Amino acid sequence: MSEETRILIRSEYDIVTARQQVRELCMTLHFSSGEQTLVATCVSELARNIVEYAGSGEIITGLTRNTDEEGIVIIAEDKGPGIPNIELAMKDGYSTSKGLGLGLPGSKRIMDEFAIVSKTGKGTTVTVKKWKKP
Amino acid sequence: MSIPILRQGSYLIASIQSSPSDSEWREMGQQLAERVGKLRSRGVVVDVTVLDLIDSFAARTLREIAQTVKLRGAEPVIVGIQPDVAFSMVQLGLTLGDIETELDLEEGMAMLDAILRDGRTNV
Ligand SMILES: Nc1ncnc2c1ncn2[C@@H]1O[C@H](COP(=O)(O)OP(=O)(O)O)[C@@H](O)[C@H]1O
Ligand SMILES: [Mg+2]
Repeated sequence: MSEETRILIRSEYDIVTARQQVRELCMTLHFSSGEQTLVATCVSELARNIVEYAGSGEIITGLTRNTDEEGIVIIAEDKGPGIPNIELAMKDGYSTSKGLGLGLPGSKRIMDEFAIVSKTGKGTTVTVKKWKKP
Repeated sequence: MSIPILRQGSYLIASIQSSPSDSEWREMGQQLAERVGKLRSRGVVVDVTVLDLIDSFAARTLREIAQTVKLRGAEPVIVGIQPDVAFSMVQLGLTLGDIETELDLEEGMAMLDAILRDGRTNV
Protein backbone atom coordinates (compact mmCIF):
# COMPACT_ATOMS: atom_id res chain seq x y z
CA MET A 1 0.00 0.00 0.00
CA SER A 2 1.33 3.45 -0.90
CA GLU A 3 0.35 7.02 0.07
CA GLU A 4 -0.83 5.62 3.36
CA THR A 5 -2.82 7.90 5.66
CA ARG A 6 -3.91 6.95 9.17
CA ILE A 7 -6.90 8.69 10.67
CA LEU A 8 -7.64 8.29 14.35
CA ILE A 9 -11.32 7.64 14.95
CA ARG A 10 -12.50 8.61 18.42
CA SER A 11 -15.65 10.63 17.88
CA GLU A 12 -18.35 11.38 15.32
CA TYR A 13 -16.28 14.35 14.09
CA ASP A 14 -13.47 12.03 13.02
CA ILE A 15 -15.99 10.20 10.80
CA VAL A 16 -16.38 13.37 8.73
CA THR A 17 -12.60 13.83 8.52
CA ALA A 18 -12.17 10.25 7.32
CA ARG A 19 -14.83 10.75 4.66
CA GLN A 20 -13.13 13.89 3.35
CA GLN A 21 -9.67 12.30 3.32
CA VAL A 22 -10.88 9.33 1.35
CA ARG A 23 -12.66 11.53 -1.17
CA GLU A 24 -9.41 13.38 -1.79
CA LEU A 25 -7.59 10.12 -2.31
CA CYS A 26 -10.31 8.98 -4.72
CA MET A 27 -9.77 12.19 -6.70
CA THR A 28 -6.06 11.51 -7.15
CA LEU A 29 -7.11 8.26 -8.88
CA HIS A 30 -9.74 10.12 -10.93
CA PHE A 31 -12.59 8.02 -9.59
CA SER A 32 -15.95 9.24 -10.89
CA SER A 33 -18.02 11.28 -8.46
CA GLY A 34 -20.38 8.31 -8.18
CA GLU A 35 -17.52 5.99 -7.19
CA GLN A 36 -16.22 8.59 -4.73
CA THR A 37 -19.60 8.72 -3.07
CA LEU A 38 -19.72 4.93 -2.78
CA VAL A 39 -16.26 4.76 -1.19
CA ALA A 40 -16.94 7.70 1.15
CA THR A 41 -20.23 6.11 2.24
CA CYS A 42 -18.43 2.86 3.02
CA VAL A 43 -15.82 4.74 5.09
CA SER A 44 -18.61 6.51 6.92
CA GLU A 45 -20.22 3.18 7.83
CA LEU A 46 -16.97 1.57 8.98
CA ALA A 47 -15.89 4.64 10.99
CA ARG A 48 -19.32 4.88 12.57
CA ASN A 49 -19.04 1.24 13.64
CA ILE A 50 -15.67 1.98 15.28
CA VAL A 51 -17.14 4.88 17.28
CA GLU A 52 -20.32 3.02 18.12
CA TYR A 53 -19.00 -0.42 19.05
CA ALA A 54 -15.30 -0.05 19.83
CA GLY A 55 -15.10 3.53 21.08
CA SER A 56 -11.94 4.23 19.12
CA GLY A 57 -9.81 2.89 16.32
CA GLU A 58 -8.19 3.84 13.05
CA ILE A 59 -9.05 4.21 9.40
CA ILE A 60 -6.05 3.61 7.18
CA THR A 61 -6.35 4.61 3.55
CA GLY A 62 -3.94 4.05 0.72
CA LEU A 63 -3.41 3.20 -2.90
CA THR A 64 -2.95 -0.33 -4.15
CA ARG A 65 -2.27 -1.95 -7.48
CA ASN A 66 -2.27 -5.37 -9.06
CA THR A 67 -0.92 -6.30 -12.49
CA ASP A 68 -3.18 -4.05 -14.53
CA GLU A 69 -5.35 -2.06 -12.14
CA GLU A 70 -4.99 0.72 -9.63
CA GLY A 71 -7.29 1.09 -6.68
CA ILE A 72 -7.94 2.35 -3.23
CA VAL A 73 -7.66 0.29 -0.08
CA ILE A 74 -9.26 1.13 3.23
CA ILE A 75 -8.58 -0.62 6.51
CA ALA A 76 -10.85 0.01 9.49
CA GLU A 77 -9.17 -1.30 12.62
CA ASP A 78 -10.09 -1.33 16.27
CA LYS A 79 -9.24 -3.10 19.50
CA GLY A 80 -12.84 -3.18 20.64
CA PRO A 81 -15.02 -6.08 21.79
CA GLY A 82 -14.96 -7.88 18.44
CA ILE A 83 -17.88 -9.54 16.67
CA PRO A 84 -18.93 -12.90 18.13
CA ASN A 85 -20.83 -14.05 15.04
CA ILE A 86 -19.61 -12.54 11.77
CA GLU A 87 -22.10 -14.44 9.64
CA LEU A 88 -24.93 -12.86 11.61
CA ALA A 89 -23.35 -9.39 11.55
CA MET A 90 -23.13 -9.63 7.74
CA LYS A 91 -26.89 -10.18 7.41
CA ASP A 92 -28.98 -7.27 6.10
CA GLY A 93 -30.90 -5.75 8.98
CA TYR A 94 -28.96 -7.37 11.81
CA SER A 95 -28.03 -4.82 14.47
CA THR A 96 -27.21 -4.94 18.15
CA SER A 97 -27.80 -1.19 18.47
CA LYS A 98 -31.14 -0.35 16.83
CA GLY A 99 -29.16 0.56 13.72
CA LEU A 100 -30.40 -0.33 10.24
CA GLY A 101 -27.98 -3.26 10.11
CA LEU A 102 -26.73 -2.31 6.65
CA GLY A 103 -23.25 -0.94 7.37
CA LEU A 104 -21.30 -4.17 6.94
CA PRO A 105 -23.41 -5.96 4.29
CA GLY A 106 -23.90 -2.68 2.41
CA SER A 107 -20.17 -1.95 2.44
CA LYS A 108 -19.55 -5.38 0.97
CA ARG A 109 -22.01 -4.60 -1.83
CA ILE A 110 -20.62 -1.20 -2.71
CA MET A 111 -16.94 -2.16 -2.73
CA ASP A 112 -15.09 -4.55 -5.07
CA GLU A 113 -13.38 -6.48 -2.27
CA PHE A 114 -14.36 -6.92 1.35
CA ALA A 115 -12.69 -8.88 4.14
CA ILE A 116 -13.46 -8.92 7.84
CA VAL A 117 -11.43 -10.42 10.66
CA SER A 118 -12.71 -10.20 14.20
CA LYS A 119 -11.80 -11.81 17.47
CA THR A 120 -13.93 -11.54 20.59
CA GLY A 121 -12.14 -9.40 23.15
CA LYS A 122 -9.38 -8.51 20.67
CA GLY A 123 -10.92 -6.31 18.03
CA THR A 124 -12.09 -6.04 14.44
CA THR A 125 -10.36 -5.30 11.15
CA VAL A 126 -12.31 -4.65 7.98
CA THR A 127 -10.38 -4.31 4.71
CA VAL A 128 -12.10 -3.04 1.58
CA LYS A 129 -10.88 -2.21 -1.91
CA LYS A 130 -12.27 -0.43 -4.92
CA TRP A 131 -10.54 -0.74 -8.29
CA LYS A 132 -10.41 2.03 -10.83
CA LYS A 133 -12.55 1.08 -13.79
CA PRO A 134 -10.58 1.57 -17.03
CA MET B 1 -23.79 25.88 13.89
CA SER B 2 -27.31 24.56 13.83
CA ILE B 3 -29.61 23.67 10.97
CA PRO B 4 -31.66 26.68 9.79
CA ILE B 5 -35.42 26.27 9.80
CA LEU B 6 -37.43 28.81 7.81
CA ARG B 7 -41.14 29.40 7.91
CA GLN B 8 -42.96 29.85 4.65
CA GLY B 9 -46.71 30.24 5.05
CA SER B 10 -48.03 27.08 6.65
CA TYR B 11 -44.84 25.15 5.88
CA LEU B 12 -41.47 24.83 7.56
CA ILE B 13 -38.33 24.41 5.50
CA ALA B 14 -35.28 22.82 7.12
CA SER B 15 -32.13 23.19 5.04
CA ILE B 16 -29.57 20.60 6.07
CA GLN B 17 -26.00 21.94 6.00
CA SER B 18 -23.15 19.75 4.82
CA SER B 19 -22.11 16.96 7.23
CA PRO B 20 -24.30 17.81 10.23
CA SER B 21 -23.05 16.51 13.56
CA ASP B 22 -25.12 14.00 15.52
CA SER B 23 -26.27 16.75 17.87
CA GLU B 24 -27.26 19.03 14.98
CA TRP B 25 -29.42 16.24 13.57
CA ARG B 26 -31.03 15.70 16.97
CA GLU B 27 -31.58 19.40 17.49
CA MET B 28 -33.26 19.73 14.12
CA GLY B 29 -35.69 16.92 14.94
CA GLN B 30 -36.60 18.54 18.25
CA GLN B 31 -36.90 22.03 16.77
CA LEU B 32 -39.18 20.82 13.99
CA ALA B 33 -41.42 18.94 16.41
CA GLU B 34 -41.74 22.06 18.57
CA ARG B 35 -42.26 24.58 15.80
CA VAL B 36 -44.83 22.49 13.97
CA GLY B 37 -47.01 22.94 17.06
CA LYS B 38 -46.14 26.54 17.83
CA LEU B 39 -46.61 27.77 14.26
CA ARG B 40 -49.45 25.38 13.36
CA SER B 41 -47.43 24.23 10.36
CA ARG B 42 -49.11 21.77 8.04
CA GLY B 43 -46.08 20.59 6.11
CA VAL B 44 -42.32 20.27 6.59
CA VAL B 45 -39.78 20.20 3.79
CA VAL B 46 -36.39 18.75 4.71
CA ASP B 47 -33.92 19.89 2.06
CA VAL B 48 -30.85 17.63 1.76
CA THR B 49 -29.49 19.14 -1.49
CA VAL B 50 -26.03 19.83 -0.05
CA LEU B 51 -25.49 16.39 1.50
CA ASP B 52 -22.72 14.65 -0.46
CA LEU B 53 -23.66 11.32 1.07
CA ILE B 54 -26.40 9.69 3.08
CA ASP B 55 -25.16 6.79 5.17
CA SER B 56 -27.28 4.50 7.31
CA PHE B 57 -27.06 6.86 10.28
CA ALA B 58 -28.34 9.81 8.23
CA ALA B 59 -31.07 7.69 6.64
CA ARG B 60 -32.26 6.44 10.01
CA THR B 61 -32.24 9.99 11.38
CA LEU B 62 -34.20 11.35 8.41
CA ARG B 63 -36.76 8.60 8.93
CA GLU B 64 -37.07 9.44 12.61
CA ILE B 65 -37.45 13.15 11.89
CA ALA B 66 -40.17 12.48 9.32
CA GLN B 67 -42.03 10.19 11.74
CA THR B 68 -41.84 12.81 14.47
CA VAL B 69 -43.20 15.49 12.15
CA LYS B 70 -46.06 13.17 11.17
CA LEU B 71 -46.93 12.43 14.77
CA ARG B 72 -47.12 16.18 15.33
CA GLY B 73 -49.75 16.36 12.62
CA ALA B 74 -47.77 17.81 9.71
CA GLU B 75 -46.80 16.26 6.37
CA PRO B 76 -43.05 15.64 5.92
CA VAL B 77 -41.29 15.59 2.56
CA ILE B 78 -37.59 15.16 1.82
CA VAL B 79 -36.19 16.96 -1.20
CA GLY B 80 -32.88 17.30 -3.02
CA ILE B 81 -31.29 13.83 -2.82
CA GLN B 82 -28.48 14.08 -5.40
CA PRO B 83 -28.04 11.43 -8.13
CA ASP B 84 -24.78 10.00 -6.73
CA VAL B 85 -26.30 9.91 -3.27
CA ALA B 86 -29.44 8.14 -4.48
CA PHE B 87 -27.33 5.57 -6.34
CA SER B 88 -25.16 4.92 -3.32
CA MET B 89 -28.20 4.57 -1.02
CA VAL B 90 -29.69 1.95 -3.29
CA GLN B 91 -26.42 0.01 -3.46
CA LEU B 92 -26.08 0.09 0.31
CA GLY B 93 -29.69 -1.07 0.70
CA LEU B 94 -31.00 2.10 2.33
CA THR B 95 -34.58 3.23 1.96
CA LEU B 96 -36.49 6.09 3.52
CA GLY B 97 -39.47 3.86 4.22
CA ASP B 98 -42.75 5.43 3.10
CA ILE B 99 -41.53 9.03 3.44
CA GLU B 100 -42.39 11.25 0.49
CA THR B 101 -39.46 12.49 -1.56
CA GLU B 102 -39.34 15.11 -4.31
CA LEU B 103 -36.71 16.44 -6.67
CA ASP B 104 -36.30 19.90 -5.17
CA LEU B 105 -37.83 22.50 -2.86
CA GLU B 106 -40.33 23.73 -5.45
CA GLU B 107 -41.66 20.26 -6.18
CA GLY B 108 -41.71 19.44 -2.48
CA MET B 109 -43.94 22.42 -1.76
CA ALA B 110 -46.14 21.61 -4.74
CA MET B 111 -46.56 18.09 -3.40
CA LEU B 112 -47.51 19.38 0.04
CA ASP B 113 -50.03 21.74 -1.59
CA ALA B 114 -51.57 18.81 -3.43
CA ILE B 115 -51.70 16.53 -0.38
CA LEU B 116 -53.21 19.21 1.82
CA ARG B 117 -55.72 20.29 -0.81
CA ASP B 118 -56.87 16.94 -2.12
CA GLY B 119 -55.98 14.54 0.65
CA ARG B 120 -53.41 11.81 0.41
CA THR B 121 -55.49 9.33 -1.58
CA ASN B 122 -55.91 11.58 -4.63
CA VAL B 123 -52.24 12.43 -5.09
N1 LIG C 1 -16.10 -2.59 14.77
C1 LIG C 1 -17.04 -3.37 15.38
N2 LIG C 1 -16.80 -3.90 16.61
C2 LIG C 1 -17.74 -4.67 17.22
N3 LIG C 1 -18.92 -4.99 16.66
C3 LIG C 1 -19.22 -4.51 15.45
C4 LIG C 1 -18.29 -3.69 14.73
N4 LIG C 1 -18.84 -3.37 13.54
C5 LIG C 1 -20.04 -3.98 13.50
N5 LIG C 1 -20.27 -4.68 14.65
C6 LIG C 1 -21.46 -5.51 14.94
O1 LIG C 1 -22.07 -5.87 13.71
C7 LIG C 1 -23.44 -5.43 13.68
C8 LIG C 1 -23.82 -5.03 12.28
O2 LIG C 1 -23.11 -3.87 11.88
P1 LIG C 1 -23.70 -2.93 10.74
O3 LIG C 1 -23.97 -3.79 9.56
O4 LIG C 1 -22.81 -1.77 10.58
O5 LIG C 1 -25.13 -2.48 11.30
P2 LIG C 1 -25.50 -1.46 12.49
O6 LIG C 1 -24.27 -0.66 12.82
O7 LIG C 1 -26.60 -0.63 11.93
O8 LIG C 1 -25.94 -2.30 13.65
C9 LIG C 1 -23.50 -4.32 14.69
O9 LIG C 1 -24.81 -4.15 15.21
C10 LIG C 1 -22.51 -4.79 15.76
O10 LIG C 1 -23.10 -5.73 16.64
MG1 LIG D 1 -23.06 0.22 11.39
